[in-house]
Amino acid sequence: MKIFILSAMLSSAVAAPPPEPARQQALRNLLKHDCGACHGLTLKGGLGPGLRPADLADKSNEFLTATILRGRPGTAMPPWNRFIDKSEAAWLVEILKNPQP
Amino acid sequence: MKYRFLILLSLFFIDPVAADVCATGDLGVVIEREPGNVLIINTTQHKQLGKIEKLGDLSHASVVFSRDQRYAYVFGRDGGLTKIDLLTDSVAKRILQAGNSIGGAISQDGKLIAVSNYTPGGVKIFSAESLEQIADIPAVYDDGKLSKVIGLVDAPGQRFVFSLFDAGEIWLLDMRTPAAPALQKFKNIGKQPYDALITPDGRFYIAGLFGESGLALLDLWSPESGVKKILPAYGQHDEKLPVYKMPHLEGWAIAGDYAFIPAVGRHEVLVITTDTWKLVKAIPVAGQPVFVMARPDGRQIWVNFAFPDNQQLQIIDAKDLTIENTLKPGKAVLHMEFTPRGEEVWVSLRDDNQVVIYDTATLAEVKRLPAQTPSGIFFSARAHKIGL
Repeated sequence: MKIFILSAMLSSAVAAPPPEPARQQALRNLLKHDCGACHGLTLKGGLGPGLRPADLADKSNEFLTATILRGRPGTAMPPWNRFIDKSEAAWLVEILKNPQP
Repeated sequence: MKYRFLILLSLFFIDPVAADVCATGDLGVVIEREPGNVLIINTTQHKQLGKIEKLGDLSHASVVFSRDQRYAYVFGRDGGLTKIDLLTDSVAKRILQAGNSIGGAISQDGKLIAVSNYTPGGVKIFSAESLEQIADIPAVYDDGKLSKVIGLVDAPGQRFVFSLFDAGEIWLLDMRTPAAPALQKFKNIGKQPYDALITPDGRFYIAGLFGESGLALLDLWSPESGVKKILPAYGQHDEKLPVYKMPHLEGWAIAGDYAFIPAVGRHEVLVITTDTWKLVKAIPVAGQPVFVMARPDGRQIWVNFAFPDNQQLQIIDAKDLTIENTLKPGKAVLHMEFTPRGEEVWVSLRDDNQVVIYDTATLAEVKRLPAQTPSGIFFSARAHKIGL
């Protein structure tokens, strides 16, 4: 039983349910315009680095999720954890790495 | 594209109404950020006259005007440089001059257009007439690295001034002899200059610093004295608040002997004297200020804010340096532009898909115009202002 609970928790940590459709749209808008203020509307980079799949290929999802939530001290990247929770950040990383055509 | 241009031209010549004599002094443009369009508007009639579509990535696009106020030069994020004819609602010329671009300027005599680029880092100079390239100034530092360039402005004497974000340098470019650009570099001006401005008289160039406290000041009347640091100690030891959008120093909010600038990482507008560059007051405001702009008469200072406080506008009374009023115009206030003598201000509301016009004396709403994700608003009166 204990083992079963542990594995259930683990799998939920790996694949949290995606945000509700309305929230997905709000997050996409945030990504395009607010993240895009520094990373570019097309995410090819500006004052901040590019966020296209090729730019992110060598970075782990955990690292990128943590960057969104906690920011990067010493750079202009602020922490977004006041506005985005962990599963939403993970979802954003997912769509950054696998954008819809 | 060419066809459309020809069709437009022929309409222009055939249609007797469109062929009416028209002036351009009360025209302007509004950038539609997401679709990459430019709206041509009239500030007297409060209406849209035309739309130029699909000019690429216009996020963070900015605009300068030819001195005859007929043409608007639009600097796109994707390196696009477009010359728009405000009289015929058409594209007169368009080039892609770099991969990633941030802003531009027009020379004192109106003959040169300068563009500052992130990729490849540097400044390029073009003929305002033909958009043919005249000079290329790569922002080289540390034995071959290229820096992103920000804070490009025009200065008297056919000069341009700009800052190197990655290198922490200010460069002064003299274009009096276009075939032989003369460059003067000022190094170690401070960490990560993020934007800059020039005073309306063209004398002082000031770069805001993101990587450290204070600002870098260059007196163009005596460049030999070098760059000096102003407000170096302000907020030096305080924890910075997160900045969700970089402040802009475009324009120069000046009222009497005071200048108003956005603090970085603090929800304050800083008031400094323009003779000794000392801090007079830090005015607490609703969020991280982005644009701090003086009404042309200097009596009011209008401030907008970074996410998540970007639904508001605050108005500072320049007489007693306090907040006179707080407005909530709508979602995502991105930019504002005063009419030439300041009786009205146009404000873009990105997430409401609207531009709202206010009477600046009564703060009453005059009109709302539809626009798709509007960002920058630029009026042709900028044509005759140094640094804009």
